[in-house]
Amino acid sequence: MAQIETELQLLKTEAINMWSLVNSQLNKARLAFINFDKDLAREVVLKEKRVNGSELKIDRDCENIFALFCPVAIDLRFLLAVLKINTNLERIGDIAEGIAKYVIDAEAPFSQPLLDTSRILPMYEESVRMLEDTQEAFEKEDTILARSVFKKDEFLDDVNRQSHKVLEKHLKDHPEDTAQALWILSTIRKLERVGDQSKNIAEEIIFYLEAKVLKHRGKFV
Amino acid sequence: MESTIIKSRNFNASFGTNHVVKNVNIDIPRNKVVAVMGPSGCGKTTYLRCINRMHELIPGASSSGEMTINNENIYQMHPIFVRLKIGMVFQRPNPFPNLSIYDNVIAGYKLNGIKLPKPERDRVVEHSLTRVALWGEVKDSLNKKGSFLSGGQQQRLCIARAVAMEPEVLLFDEPTSALDPISTSTVEELFHELKANYTLIIVTHNMQQAARVSDKTAFFYLGELVEYDETKIMFTAPKDSRTQNYITGRFS
Repeated sequence: MAQIETELQLLKTEAINMWSLVNSQLNKARLAFINFDKDLAREVVLKEKRVNGSELKIDRDCENIFALFCPVAIDLRFLLAVLKINTNLERIGDIAEGIAKYVIDAEAPFSQPLLDTSRILPMYEESVRMLEDTQEAFEKEDTILARSVFKKDEFLDDVNRQSHKVLEKHLKDHPEDTAQALWILSTIRKLERVGDQSKNIAEEIIFYLEAKVLKHRGKFV
Repeated sequence: MESTIIKSRNFNASFGTNHVVKNVNIDIPRNKVVAVMGPSGCGKTTYLRCINRMHELIPGASSSGEMTINNENIYQMHPIFVRLKIGMVFQRPNPFPNLSIYDNVIAGYKLNGIKLPKPERDRVVEHSLTRVALWGEVKDSLNKKGSFLSGGQQQRLCIARAVAMEPEVLLFDEPTSALDPISTSTVEELFHELKANYTLIIVTHNMQQAARVSDKTAFFYLGELVEYDETKIMFTAPKDSRTQNYITGRFS
């Protein structure tokens, strides 16, 4: 095996480890949120430093491979993709941390009718699944699975689009939920960003494997 | 729209029964740098030498198919005339060791029996050495032997010698493989400047050099032209897996 192949394989392993960590962060923040588990939320906040450290390590490794091996073709596309995936994963890590911090600061669990009406829980589950799918697509080099992420994002977009109207209606009957509703609205926006970031990641996987640029092409991919 | 200067159609070259260039079809655009790369023995140098009919100097060599310059069949032209239009620079700098820098530059005229008046000779020497960015370095030592120059300067002198004949096409066979990195970089810079006036075809083993200097790249393997495309495409998204394996170093 050529040295560059060994280096790229190591980088791939690092990226997958980062993916698993971010996935776990997002999922733990979800569980902390559902179960109002402040200890779990604190764990997520603490582990955010590991996500940041992992991002810096992957950036540095990419720089070294660029400088030392002058990669071309699929190797070049792989490195460019990993750099962008790395940034997107770190941002998802930030979102998980933001959700966990709220759980730590919150005084009471969320009202169940508010959770049901906003559809935030299925949205959260779908965003976690999307991120898991991108990881599997990257590991298995499966562009069909990567493309399936685009379809899933439509549900997240729909929840986000409807959220304002739905919460406004809920608040007319339950004005006491205003503070929680505002937070749910902000979290829905964040989860919608997780969906966009997973979509960006899926586009990078397709770019790396098929040399196709899907950015800014709308739904016809 | 870019115009084609050299065109090969179903071009083949052999040494006896050894078929080394197989059915090559390629269009070389005018005023561009085209890199030809491939593993040893793939036929890239033979193809290059076929362009100015150097190939036929080897006993037992033959060729078939069409090779044209400006739509004129190279193999129906007089070889001397072909080489006036298509200059060549080789792997090792080869200035005439007994000639001065000045005489090296105008050697092509002398060898072809073309007599130029002194002012015209001076103009050709200055113009050619300026084109290869050597004039400033040697203008005060034009009467010194060419062999006194450094390797990189000698190679630029050889390029000046080719340029002096005002060819349309310049062929380079591994032009920097015998040079140090600084001289290599100087010669590569030169390629960018020379393409304003000439079409450059460069055979190179150095893939990074092909990527740095050329507009288009051709990949040869086992005598066949596997892929020929814009260099940017060849080095980011080649279509053929053999090209990808070669440029990423996974070639067995």
